[in-house]
Amino acid sequence: MSKPLPPAGSGGRFVRLAETSRPALHLRIDGEPATALEGDTLLVALLTHGRRVRTSEFGDGTRAGFCLMGACQDCWVWDEAGQRLRACSTVVTEGLAVRTTPPASSWPVTPEVAARERGEVSS
Amino acid sequence: MSDTTQQRSDVLIVGGGLMGTTTALFLRRHHGLRVTLLERELIGRQASGTNFGNVRRQGRDLAQIPLANRARAVWGRVNELLGEDLEFAPLGHLRVCYTEAQAAKLEQHVRDVQPLGLDLKMFSADALRRRWGIFSDAVVAGSLSPVDGHANPRLAGPAFGRAAQRAGAHIHEHSEVAHIERVGTEFVAHTVDGRQYRAAQLLVTTGAWSARFAQAFGEPVPLDARGPQMGVTEPLPYAIAPSIGVSTPIEEEGLYFRQIARGNIVFGGGLKGPALADVVRAYVKPDNTLRQLRELRRFVPAFANVQLIRVWSGIEGYTDDWVPVMGPSARVPGLHYAFGFNGEGFAISPGVGEVMAELIATGRTSTPIDAFAIGRFATAPQSQPITT
Amino acid sequence: MTPRIVIVGAGPAGVRAAQALVEAGVRPIVIDEGRRDGGQIYRRQPEGFTRTHAMLYGSEAAKAQALHNDFDALRAQIDHRAETLAWNVTAGQLHTVHAPSGETATLDFDALIVCAGATDRLMPVPGWHHAGCYSLGAAQIALKAQACAIGSRVVFMGSGPLLYLVAAQYVKAGARVDAVLDTSPALPTFTALRGLLNRPRLLLRGLALKASLRLGGVKLLNRISPLRIEGTAEGGVSGVVVRDARGAERRLACDAVGLGWHLRAETQLADLARCDFEFEPLSRQWLPRIDACGRSSMPGVYLAGDGARILGADGAEAAGRLAALAALDDLKHERGRTLFAAEQAGLQRTLATMNGFREGLAQAFPWPHAQAAALPNDAVVCRCEAVTAGELRRSVRELGSQELNRAKAFSRVGMGRCQGRYCGHAAAEIVAAAASIPVEKIGRLRGQAPVKPLSMSAQEHE
Repeated sequence: MSKPLPPAGSGGRFVRLAETSRPALHLRIDGEPATALEGDTLLVALLTHGRRVRTSEFGDGTRAGFCLMGACQDCWVWDEAGQRLRACSTVVTEGLAVRTTPPASSWPVTPEVAARERGEVSS
Repeated sequence: MSDTTQQRSDVLIVGGGLMGTTTALFLRRHHGLRVTLLERELIGRQASGTNFGNVRRQGRDLAQIPLANRARAVWGRVNELLGEDLEFAPLGHLRVCYTEAQAAKLEQHVRDVQPLGLDLKMFSADALRRRWGIFSDAVVAGSLSPVDGHANPRLAGPAFGRAAQRAGAHIHEHSEVAHIERVGTEFVAHTVDGRQYRAAQLLVTTGAWSARFAQAFGEPVPLDARGPQMGVTEPLPYAIAPSIGVSTPIEEEGLYFRQIARGNIVFGGGLKGPALADVVRAYVKPDNTLRQLRELRRFVPAFANVQLIRVWSGIEGYTDDWVPVMGPSARVPGLHYAFGFNGEGFAISPGVGEVMAELIATGRTSTPIDAFAIGRFATAPQSQPITT
Repeated sequence: MTPRIVIVGAGPAGVRAAQALVEAGVRPIVIDEGRRDGGQIYRRQPEGFTRTHAMLYGSEAAKAQALHNDFDALRAQIDHRAETLAWNVTAGQLHTVHAPSGETATLDFDALIVCAGATDRLMPVPGWHHAGCYSLGAAQIALKAQACAIGSRVVFMGSGPLLYLVAAQYVKAGARVDAVLDTSPALPTFTALRGLLNRPRLLLRGLALKASLRLGGVKLLNRISPLRIEGTAEGGVSGVVVRDARGAERRLACDAVGLGWHLRAETQLADLARCDFEFEPLSRQWLPRIDACGRSSMPGVYLAGDGARILGADGAEAAGRLAALAALDDLKHERGRTLFAAEQAGLQRTLATMNGFREGLAQAFPWPHAQAAALPNDAVVCRCEAVTAGELRRSVRELGSQELNRAKAFSRVGMGRCQGRYCGHAAAEIVAAAASIPVEKIGRLRGQAPVKPLSMSAQEHE
């Protein structure tokens, strides 16, 4: 399981070059408070707050989006209810709360698999 | 004529899906016979490669259980046998149901299969919740076959083919058979590009395309081609070990799914789609996909948060009576068949291969297959066997 | 009877197709995945942003403005369904889902005009999966639509006019661009130049962009071979290493890379509609077969814009209009036939000029296909599934694949969420090289629905 994003203020990946006088919006990323500007996509919010959007399922590291046009499908995250959000095509709204790792509500690990992982044999 | 155009073997197998390749392997490994297999296009690409991948024994017609048990024994050592990983996950096969009436049927099935060597375990709704916790309130009961499970159909056929080849079988892809004739005591298969292959015995394992070969030997079989409607999701955290399906008399409800180790969930079931054997095309109907999504959500609510990334279909052969065609010809000595597995051939294919190899090599098999005899379709009394 | 016409895509091709239909008195349905019209080239910034069209679109500002204004004027006369994905198509029916609500709808059509546009075309580079590596188009969208740079120290690598355009836009907007690394030679060949001279203004603009980059202190290297993008699993990109034209290894430190080799057409709907495809040697890709008016091989299905042939925005506008008029002509629509008869020749001449330029571009900035065969075995080819070049080669050499779909079945390349958009072309080159078969004989990845991931909560409106 991947670590949560680093705390706000430690440096994002994207650099804002203009349009910085927009009203601020407040959101939560992995339970941490974050700010974005009105009109930001969720991807921009994630990458001005920190340096990643998600972690690859297959062990090759963190990902931070790729195409920004809804084609590569590399920037999917979740809201707290477990709904999927494509970060590059989702507009930030006030109070949005997102998870960059699958929340328990989205695909629960079954007691059986949890038991197997603890080494308890089931029959 | 050169050797290559008049190749002679002990056994000629036409059709390179799992039934053909498993038989080829066991003919070599267990019986040492010379084998040639002719596949129209690529090994394992049709029904063998597009099916759901269930390795299950419960829910089958009772006549198939001995064959399924035999197959399960091979699955248990399949990676060793082939030297390749078929991703066989014997972590259980679970059938759930929506009504008490269906639960009673599951319970009856538990009693029916127990003397045949299959031990199933019933679960109440509560017990299902405690063990898996993913089912909606609509699910009232379930039946688990603890050591069944699933494997990877994309890999299986080609892996059996390669193993058969390493064991000395001659496997020819891109070798469509135009017609087969009987010359003396031999069978001669002619490919569309003019090659000829001869053998004393012939096995027809051409899946949905088998009717014309059976017909040519005077044994017509009513065979229908249908397309399984399959789908796969994005990868999700690994959470579900058994292969799971809904047991129901209502065709539209009959969904099944399995999660692979990489996390994707493969699903199928419900109504079949159009499969056009003559042009080798099969389609997934969009309304079937949407209905499947609805039925999946109905039985596992967490599916609502998941994304479908791909659908596919295939070409499966279905007989009128839902019973496979397997065994010797009723008319022609040396001719054998194994086709028409009604969309549930994957699980039993290694057993079919062992049995057919045994039958072809020794004239008999220890596993009961009389119920699958092609003779049951004969409308006239059996006449003299064909000799030309 | 009013024909039922559905347009997929509200970029330049789709907008001009809609406009032609409205002029003829027909009300089309225009579906688009985005919230706003404009497609990619003329992507609109969100409401509330203040930059002018001139700042966003430079020399194309007037065209962008015209397109946006014209679409706004069309709204009342079309059925515009924004944030809607066409996830599948069957005979006479388009299957859509409105992404925010998950509501599905089946649209019956007499004619379907697919203007699905294009994405960047990527050649994998070892390390391109690291966080901080983006397509050139992504780098441009970050700037155009969100006023951001993809990093604090950016290197651009690839080839094609977009490479220089995005770099110049970044410099102008105040981002730090350290280098532009082009795999193509600095001077186009004579053949390429001939093609490029079809549109002399564009050619000169390209040269001016390069000059302005040099003036801005950006290092420009041509004839480079990408060796690797350096980075870590946790931190992402830290640098780019290339071999320069003289054979020396050069490292450039950076925290973001914009990568791309021109464009590839989005052809999934055409594929699902069972249109015939043919291999185009010039660009080494499979494209849907179209006639001079944009008719595909499937009656009732028309293809226009970059989703059929990469001709750029101007070409897309002409192709969109032409396809719409051809559809009306085929449907024997009286007003449409008149317009078609009057305009067909002129629009086709425009397209022929664009096509000449396209050929020049493909020759001047070739797809570096040989790079695929040269990828080390541990290079990730399929980003979605983390499949390496070595695994792909193994599917050929050990498992006997001689065809791309077989290689996919064995290696999982192209089985991820993006369904082969970014790995498909390189995978074909790698399989072809490993099998010693020409790439046009290796097949193409067969498209399957859904066109993009479909939420499993998708359902009909109750």
